[in-house]
Amino acid sequence: MSNNNASNNLIIAQRAVKQLRLEASVRRIKVSQAADDLKNFCLQNATRDPLLMGIPSSDNPFRPPKSCSLF
Amino acid sequence: MAAEKAEMDALKKECDGLRAQIEAARKAVNDGSMSASAGGVEAVGRVQLKLRKNLKGHLAKIYAMHWSADSRQMVSASQDGKLLIWDTFTGNKLTAVPLKSAWVMSVAFAPSGNLVASGGLDNICTVYNIKAASPKTLRELDAHTGYLSCSRFLSDSEIITASGDTTCCLWDLETGKQKVVFTNHIGDCMSLALSPDENSFISGACDSLAKLWDIRSGTCKQTFSGHTSDINAIAFFPSGNAIITGSDDCSCKMYDLRADQEVIGYQDTSLNAGVTSVALSNSGRLIFAGYDDFNCHIWDSLKGEKVGVLSGHDNRVSCTGVPADGMGVCTGSWDSFLKLWN
Repeated sequence: MSNNNASNNLIIAQRAVKQLRLEASVRRIKVSQAADDLKNFCLQNATRDPLLMGIPSSDNPFRPPKSCSLF
Repeated sequence: MAAEKAEMDALKKECDGLRAQIEAARKAVNDGSMSASAGGVEAVGRVQLKLRKNLKGHLAKIYAMHWSADSRQMVSASQDGKLLIWDTFTGNKLTAVPLKSAWVMSVAFAPSGNLVASGGLDNICTVYNIKAASPKTLRELDAHTGYLSCSRFLSDSEIITASGDTTCCLWDLETGKQKVVFTNHIGDCMSLALSPDENSFISGACDSLAKLWDIRSGTCKQTFSGHTSDINAIAFFPSGNAIITGSDDCSCKMYDLRADQEVIGYQDTSLNAGVTSVALSNSGRLIFAGYDDFNCHIWDSLKGEKVGVLSGHDNRVSCTGVPADGMGVCTGSWDSFLKLWN
């Protein structure tokens, strides 16, 4: 086993430890709080969600207007 | 040699310890669930969207699409070797961009509307100026050693790419050089999404992990596990506090960033097809997920129930997108068509 391989593996392992230390230090909030916040966001923004509320034909940009006026 | 082996053993032990520490910390805050919080929420009922436009023009499989920030134009990419820019209100094609390499896998619209980017098996992200008299190649970003699976513009001068070489990259479009390389995945990166505040982005990869990255420092801040196969699609929940992933394991998951864990999963025993793409409605309540079963299924994000389906494609739904104004959803398929629904 060459020295290079061994030192490479060491560097990789050291990086892995550094990364895991960083991820372990994350400040976590309670799942119940997180879920409540997500739920509240959905409910508070429901009226601003056209796909949820439905779009009246007159306001629908993808639907051609029903009547066609020819002058 | 013995000293190095001892050090390796110590490092491995430390890794195992840290992993256990992270799992314990996650468990310690796992005091509830989305089902519990959403228990009192009214169901959305059956969501029945109608097909409003069927966009014909591509001659081969569509692999990617992206809405313009104006919620009207949209760009699609097909392995017929073309990008097409559509006016979705009229269904007209505005511009066709011929590609050097037909093996395209990703496409992106710059927020300004001036540029589009595409890339694929050529490993290159090519940026085009579509406001010129005829589409002009602005930059060829060539440094990835694997296919380009996804790209997203931060502005006309910066773009982030995800690659099969397991890295993501932030590029300076003025110099054409890499500014930051995001290295930590151990499998092909398949998808990326920018956070609403544009300070971070998330990536999903074939190592079945989703990662949250700080754009400026290049560090991976959090890693989310749980999927048992490749993550093909990833999106931010509109508040920026959660992410949705879609995987070859036939499920979607929502991970909350502040709780650092999965809060709800979206799967159904009748669904045995991989998820190719995900998009959310403006409130985050509806998840549009494209599957290999030719459909785009609609999920209630809070209750974890299937509430609708967009059927009509004759082949795999490969891409899905909701415009910024939330007025519709676009599905693109290997059947060569794009469909608009609302």
